[in-house]
Amino acid sequence: MGQKSTTQPNRRRFCGGLAHLFPAAAIALLTGAAIAVGQTPTTLAYQSEQAAAAPAGETRRIAILLARELRDLPPPISLLDVRPPDDGVAGARLAINDNNTTGRFLHQEFTLAVVQSSNAAELIADTKKQVDAGASFIIADASAQTVLALSDAMKGRDVLILNAGASDDRLREQDCRPNVVHTAPSRAMLADALAQYLRWKRWQRWFLVYGTEPGDEAFANALRRSAMRFGLKIVEERQFKDDAGSRADGGHEQIQERIPAFTQRAAAHDVLMVADESNRFGEYFPYRTFDPRPVAGTQGLVPTSWHPALEQWGATQIQNRFRRLANRPMESLDYDAWVAVRAIGEAATRSKTTAPPDLIAYMKSPGFELGAFKGRKLTFRDWDGQLRQPILIGTEKLPVSVSPQPGFLHQFTELDTLGFDKPETNCRAYAP
Amino acid sequence: MDMSLTTAVARYASQLMIALLASLLVATAAHAYTVYVTNEKDGTVSIIDSAKLEVVRTVKVGQRPRGITLSKDHRWLLICASDDNAVQVYDARTMELVKSLPSGQDPELFVLHPAGQLLYIANEEDNLVTVVDIQKDSVLAEIPVGVEPEGMGISPDGKVLVTTSETTNMAHFIDTATNTTIDNVLVDSRPRFAEFNADGSQVWVSAEIGGTVTVIDAKTRKVTAKIDFKIPGMPQDAIQPVGVRITKDGKRAFVALGPSNRVAVIDTATFKVEKYLLVGQRVWQLALTPDEKLLFTTNGTSNDVSVVDVDKLRVVKSIKVGRYPWGVVVAPF
Repeated sequence: MGQKSTTQPNRRRFCGGLAHLFPAAAIALLTGAAIAVGQTPTTLAYQSEQAAAAPAGETRRIAILLARELRDLPPPISLLDVRPPDDGVAGARLAINDNNTTGRFLHQEFTLAVVQSSNAAELIADTKKQVDAGASFIIADASAQTVLALSDAMKGRDVLILNAGASDDRLREQDCRPNVVHTAPSRAMLADALAQYLRWKRWQRWFLVYGTEPGDEAFANALRRSAMRFGLKIVEERQFKDDAGSRADGGHEQIQERIPAFTQRAAAHDVLMVADESNRFGEYFPYRTFDPRPVAGTQGLVPTSWHPALEQWGATQIQNRFRRLANRPMESLDYDAWVAVRAIGEAATRSKTTAPPDLIAYMKSPGFELGAFKGRKLTFRDWDGQLRQPILIGTEKLPVSVSPQPGFLHQFTELDTLGFDKPETNCRAYAP
Repeated sequence: MDMSLTTAVARYASQLMIALLASLLVATAAHAYTVYVTNEKDGTVSIIDSAKLEVVRTVKVGQRPRGITLSKDHRWLLICASDDNAVQVYDARTMELVKSLPSGQDPELFVLHPAGQLLYIANEEDNLVTVVDIQKDSVLAEIPVGVEPEGMGISPDGKVLVTTSETTNMAHFIDTATNTTIDNVLVDSRPRFAEFNADGSQVWVSAEIGGTVTVIDAKTRKVTAKIDFKIPGMPQDAIQPVGVRITKDGKRAFVALGPSNRVAVIDTATFKVEKYLLVGQRVWQLALTPDEKLLFTTNGTSNDVSVVDVDKLRVVKSIKVGRYPWGVVVAPF
């Protein structure tokens, strides 16, 4: 029954549809490589069209690897939330094309290889092989545990891991690593972004409902921290323990009865906050709660690094470009992978070098900045390697707002009102 | 008979006098120019009378109109109808649609060759500059450039075209004789506009996310200066340079600074900012009247156009237009 997916359980998909089932086949045709979802381990190599046109001879190559950990996840309760097989990969491929269009003018060529496995040890072994063969940048779409194992395996080598898949705060805090930066926003950043918006709305009394998965508890913790930080009040908490995640032919009858009963007689609240990272029950709450209240958190109104309907700041262009490449809307994992690959490209353009130690140093330097369709430059925090970025607040169809919200001030940059700030960091190992 | 003839002559003469007087009046009052503003979200063009400083007409055009320019003979108004994937040609006086030019995907901005026949269009989604003959309606060339080309500037002699690519972060110098790139100059993040000064010695390139304007020597293609901006109380992130205009005498430049809601006035001799003018919200594009007495700015978020008195460096009026005004051009009539 389990769906093999590389997907982070906490990723919210905005747009569904079956079109996304086809790109995997398209990729296989394009590259001539064999791919079957679930087939492990698989290594794929992508070369962009532009790369072929680069002048021969003096072109320098930068090899990037995408390491995907395939995870067994329960199926989401909505068919629209079934993940595309190339989730994240398509974003990385788009960035490789973008990098190579620029690289053509500088005689730089970027390549992308993908290794994937459901076995962490195998994934790391395959990653090592690619690194031995010359890859210096690893885009990780893996669990926090596997990111740390990868980091340990790469210790002492001129390799940078760009975490595009794990939002766990511990990777930015006590378990931070000198060879890992994060393009995925942390749970703390996401929760802070949502909390700021709700504060702006003055929906200040929260009724928190969280599930039984570890990620649910982690996101609930992030919400508790944010509530404290921004002066919001959690008036009641309930854990949703029912195994609501299984699908059946029929089922609305029970859910229609169950959710009002579950949410009955809660303390007076403005909004119901739901923490369900694996999409197992949260979607059952909107329009079914006992009190007529909006739902926010992992479902309903959600914080996210990307929204497939964002059109501001020139985003329409990347949305269209992505759709033409992948034949589906761009999701947040695609964006986080795109940002990771583009960050490497931007470092290569600016530092005019392809030597990995120089590129890594440049990416971590104060001079590094990236334009990425968010209306302002994105930079890396020098205390934990987290990418600073505005966080979108959206419903299924449209972005609603962008945090930080007006009025949340900071002495250096308002973007640092999201997530763990320098004075509060527990990260000791990260070195810019 | 004689009497009536005299009367008729007298009447005629007095009418002539009135007509003469009227024409004199028109001539001595501020020149009335026609200002055209594209409203991105409404799909319209607002037409402003520069003497009355009010919208005299609003015309429905293609979808998502952005870049706008006039043909060299001022007969045609050319509009990038981005969502129609076309450049529309309107009769500038009657606003009747004359034709649509082939433009490539998603045209955003363009520039006309000084000779008037060739139009260079930035196709953001194809990483191309399309060269179109506006008389023959034919595509002459497609020039590959960086990711998301937008800014388009052409040297006064028409020999060099500069296009800026927003994700590649370069100003590409293109030889218009061969339609090939001759140089690529790295600038700051998200370059959106390229403007040659009148003598063709410099190209000014704005970088929206980088927050700077890079002045490039057109001959050596080396960076002459990099201008940055500081507005008291304004976060640096909000200072996002887009549109650039330089006066004909080359002494002064105006730079639209996006969501900081300011236009910077720059002394081109020192590259120092003389003044920041407070205009409407999210100011992007600029146009000077032919006599350079007035500057019009498009303010996307506040749905208006600010009018700057160039001599006094003062904002004299804001004029409500359509939703999300984007481009602006002024006709000499």
